[in-house]
Order: sequence, then structure tokens, then C-alpha cells
Amino acid sequence: MNSLQSQGFAPIVSHLKKDGSEWTVKEKLLLGLSPKEYWAVQLRNPFNWVLWVIYAVGLPILVGRFIYGLGWVTHSSYDYPWGLFLGWGLFTMVPLSASGFMMGTTVELFGRKDFKPLERLGLLNGLLGYLFAVMFLQVDLGQPWRLIYPMFVSLGPAAVLFLVAWHVATYLSCQVAELVPAFAEWMNFPKAKQFIKKIVLGLTVAGIILSTLHQGALGALFTYAPGKVHPLWYSSSFQWFQFFVSAVFAGLSMLIVVSTLSKWFMRWRCDETYLNNLSKLTLGLAKGASLALITYLVIRIIGIAHDNDWQYLATGWGAWFMFEMVVGVILPLIFYTMAVRNSNASLARFSAFLAVFGLALNRLNTALITFNWQLYQEIPHWREVVIVVTVYATYIVVYRAILARMPILYTWKENK
Amino acid sequence: MKKLHRRSFLKGGLAGGAAIAAVGTSKHAEAAGSFGGYPDSMGVLVDLTKCVGCRTCEAACNKEQGLPAPDKSFDDPSVFEEKREGGLPRRTTEKAYTVVQKYDVPGREHPLFRKVQCNHCNEPACLTSCFVNAYKKTPEGAVMYDHTVCVGCRTCMVACPFYIPAYSYSSAINPVVKKCIMCYDTRLKFGKPPACVEACPQEVMTFGKRKDLLKMAHQRISDKPGAYVDHVYGETEVGGTAWMYLSDVPFDKIGYDTHLGDQPIISYVKEFLTIVPMVLTIWPALFTGFHLLSNRKEALKNEDTKS
Repeated sequence: MNSLQSQGFAPIVSHLKKDGSEWTVKEKLLLGLSPKEYWAVQLRNPFNWVLWVIYAVGLPILVGRFIYGLGWVTHSSYDYPWGLFLGWGLFTMVPLSASGFMMGTTVELFGRKDFKPLERLGLLNGLLGYLFAVMFLQVDLGQPWRLIYPMFVSLGPAAVLFLVAWHVATYLSCQVAELVPAFAEWMNFPKAKQFIKKIVLGLTVAGIILSTLHQGALGALFTYAPGKVHPLWYSSSFQWFQFFVSAVFAGLSMLIVVSTLSKWFMRWRCDETYLNNLSKLTLGLAKGASLALITYLVIRIIGIAHDNDWQYLATGWGAWFMFEMVVGVILPLIFYTMAVRNSNASLARFSAFLAVFGLALNRLNTALITFNWQLYQEIPHWREVVIVVTVYATYIVVYRAILARMPILYTWKENK
Repeated sequence: MKKLHRRSFLKGGLAGGAAIAAVGTSKHAEAAGSFGGYPDSMGVLVDLTKCVGCRTCEAACNKEQGLPAPDKSFDDPSVFEEKREGGLPRRTTEKAYTVVQKYDVPGREHPLFRKVQCNHCNEPACLTSCFVNAYKKTPEGAVMYDHTVCVGCRTCMVACPFYIPAYSYSSAINPVVKKCIMCYDTRLKFGKPPACVEACPQEVMTFGKRKDLLKMAHQRISDKPGAYVDHVYGETEVGGTAWMYLSDVPFDKIGYDTHLGDQPIISYVKEFLTIVPMVLTIWPALFTGFHLLSNRKEALKNEDTKS
């Protein structure tokens, strides 16, 4: 599409065509191209070739999971009840999607209107991350059709997962509402946008409450397993806070990552405001992320001091812990700080990739790698890995499709 | 949960007053988590020194619970040599709610056999972690599981400190948690001991009120000095369990986790649970306040232009 733009293609930015007539929904869906042109573009894109391979292998296995059961795609471990589906799909995807409430808070609550060009990308990153976390959960649950049981059929309100279920559900609706304006502009429903504008502060505050609690609750889930998670990754007092604070830098870093990727691969869809402001805003996000990182680093150290886990640092697990802390926390912290001081957006972007990696490593360490550290190491079944890749690929496909159409990376021009 | 309780109350024919008191305490337990167990709950005392590893208990359990036929017959001693991942001894599975493990203890004349099944905690981690309330601790002491509401999140398996619940992963349509229920439906409810206890030819297990069993256990330890380790495993572990063990070999040498502590698992989760209402009540005012503060200048400007 980038090359098409250099040949003079102009993407849709308003309801009206050049000749003054209105775009139909079908034309909007096809990005203003004729069906033939549209499919030609899709076929030319090498990334799509990769996706087809993933789907050719992954879709049959995904279908097989629902026909033959979890036993067919996982090792059916009784000792490791949770595998990659939750380790990656829930525990990693959700913190990486904290950008939604971060951007809502920055722009709507603190009134930092200068972050407006990134607000919708942050919200979309949040919405899709949560949506696909639920998809991953649906793959993992033994009886996914009972997903609503904790809401309406049999309630266990004292359980941490009960809170997660309710919060993720309400927060998903909250995020859908926050993105209604983008959809309303694109579909030409001005009333819907007006309505959301009236309740946006309420939505934002609700987003903060729900995010604080469910991001923390994902950590608190592991406090049910005090002897199973390695002491360096476990803290019954601070686990929830560690998960919450790391979600803050993870959400901001993920936003830098996706904004960078869209600048590289979807430049045709970004407008001038977005492209001109991006470096400055990236540094703004970097500042926030570095504050969260230093808070996180300190609370991890306090967690170790509180439980007096120092002796574990001298073990092999201690070395692995140091690797996570240095590569995933301390280096991004240093790079972010340098980037902010020297106004170096590229360094901030590099640091963001590192911080996202560090977050993923932390969640996988807690949920899988150091889990049952006194027993043995579970290596996920290959089919489990294939399904994770397939669902994640779908996440990317949906993400890309929305970015290409709705006014996320560009500003919609209203009819005069 | 309420319905189930009422049914068991009527069928079990318990004294009304005691049942009401029990309902009261159970609710209290879920909210606050400091529940010492039902006063007259039943339990089993397992004397590991008496077990010869005949696996009659496994066979009795299989029959009583209508479980599928085992891969190897119950008189085949080769199962003791079977190892699961990590070189660990075999554990409870979806097809076996109880298994006997063999431990070769240096200096001991015979190997030590250890029977593993659900310990039926006073305050079970599986119960407190379940978000659909599928678990229930009956006043008789059994930890029951309701497969009709289970979503299959398997948090109970993560939470169980004894690695007991298994899951029927092989089923695509109706996978459920599989674990010992102390033969509640068929025996415990009518005051009878679980099938494994009754079947044991060596009288390894004693069925009775938990508080009486505790007295008996300590009596045995003091009657025969040196014959037992001076500890009743399960008396205090994770808040106490209905199944308790006596051994002549230190418990950490025969696969028991001796670092579980005396607190029920839920007590580790409480630090988070207490912040939930605080966030819910404080955050709205706090952040709306932040909003008003950070938009102060703009609001003032608006007022100026109005007047």
C-alpha cells in the first residue's frame, strides 16, 4: 500500500469522494479500491504469504482442539494446569494492552490533549489485546461455552478469578464505548459520537479502577500457589502491585511498538498530524514508561527484601532472575532515560521492544518457567505453540484491518 | 451453593441447629478466611508404618467410584517403579483418585508405602480459588466438587498445595475435575468410612471424628517413643486437613511438602483481596479530583469568558 500511495493513491479520509458523491460501505471496506485492485494488493504483500502458511497449518489444529479436546493439543499436565494459552494469551497480552487506560487517563483525565494523535491507537491496542486475551481464554477453558457461568449461573465472588472475569468483561464494554467515536465517524453516525463524549470522563475513571484491579488480580492469581512459583517471582504482599506497575510500562512500551510498526508498514494510512507528532509523543511515552520502570524495579527489590529471598540470588534461578531484571527492566530503563534526555526517539523505540520482551519474559517466568520450580520443567506441546501463533496472527490481521479503515492513525475530515 | 447445602441438609438428616451454625460459619469462612474447620467433621488417620503396599485401597476406590479399569492390574507391583515427568512418583489422575507410592528409605528394613489422595483441607485452596463456587466443604469433612457448573479454568489445580485434582483433558465435550470426594455420596453421608479405609487389610487407616483422631495420633506417638516422628502431618498444614498421617520416617524424606506452613492458602491471597474495596471506593473520587485539578486553568478561563 505504501508503494501504491507513491503512485498517487489517496486513502479515504472523509465521506465524500473527489467528485462529491459519498463512499458506500463496501467501498470503504475495500479502502476505496476496486475489488480487483484490492485483491491484487493483498496478493502482493509478502506478510500475507506468511499468514496463509500459518493458517494452513494452524486452522486445522485449532479446529482439532475443539473436536479432540485439550488433551490433543497439550501435554494434559495435571502439574502444569496452565500452559502457553494463558501464559502468553492472558498473562502477557493483558498487560501489553494496558495502553487503553493509560491513554484515556492521559488525554481525557489529565487533559493532555497533545497526546490526542496517539489516543485512539492506545485505545484500540487495549481493546484488541483484551478481546484476544478472551479468545485465548476460550481456547484454554475446558468448557468455553460456560464462560458466562461466573456471571450469571454460579457465582464465587471471593475468588480472584471472579474479579478478573467481571472486570475484563466490563472493561471490554468500556473500551468498545471509548472507540465508538472512531467507528461513528467512519460509518457517519454523529449522534453516537456525541453521546460518548458526554460520558467519556466516567468511562475513563471506570477504566482506571477496572485496570488497577484486574491487572493486579492477574498477579494475585499466583498468590494461590505460594510454594509453586519460585520465591524470586513470588510475593504475597506485592505480587498484585508488581503486575499492575509492570502493566503500566508494558502498555506504554507496546504503544510505542505498534506506533512504530504502523509508521513503518502503514505509512500510507498515517496523516501528517500523526507522523509529525510521533517522535515527540514517543518521547513523552518513554518518560512515563521510565517512571513506571523505576517504580517496578524498586518494588521487585522490596519484594525480595520483604520475604528475605536474597539467598536465591546465588542460585541458577537467581542468574535467570538477574537476566530478566537486567535485560527486561534495567536496560530499558537506562535507554528510555537516555532517549528522553537526548530527545532520541529511535533509542526510545529500541527500548520499547526490549521492555515488551522483558514483560513477556516476566509473565512466562511466573506462569510457566519458574512455576513448579521444585518439580520439573514443562515444555509446551508443538500443537499448543501452533495454536498460539494462529490466534496471535488473527490478532494482527484484525488489528491491521481496523487500522487500514477507521480513523485511528489519521483524523477524519467531516463534511462541510 | 445454597441449594446444594439445603439438599444435603435434608437428606443427611443433620440436627437443624448445627446445620444453621455450619451455614453461618461457611459463609464467614468465604469472606474472611479464618475457618478452623467444622467442629464434628470426620477424618482419617493414616499410619504409614503399617502399610505394606498391597493397593487394595486403590482397587476399592476404583470400584466404589466407578472408574475405568486400570492399565495394570491392582496386584501388579511394577507400578511402583513407574515414574512421571521429572522422575517423580506416579500421582492421582483422572482414572485414579488414590495411588500408593513406594519410597526406599536407607536404613529402613522395608520400603515405605505412602497412600496419596485428596486431603480434604479444613479450608481448601481449591474451594477458595473457584470462581463458580464448584467446591464445597461439607460439615462431615468432605471437599465436594460440582461438575455441572465447572468452566474448566483449572485454577483449583494451580491452587492445590498437594497436587491432587486431575482433569479429564481427553474429553472435548465434558472435561471435568476428577478427585477423591471421600466417598461422600455413597458412604460418608451415611456415617460410613470411605471405601479405601474399609478395604484395607492392614488397618492402616482409622476413620473417625477429626478431633478424636488427633488425640489418638498424639497418644500413639507418646505410647511408643521412637516408633514415630513426633509430628502429625495434616494437623496444622495449610490450616489443617481431614486426612492426617503418622510416619516413622521424617515426612520430607517421603515426598511430603513440609514447607507449606500453617496458614490456609487463602491467607496469602488476602493482601490483595483487602485492596479491592479500597480501590473501588477511593479511586473514583481521587481520579475525578485529579481531573478537576489538572483542568483548573481551563475551567477558570471558561468561567471568565462566561461572566
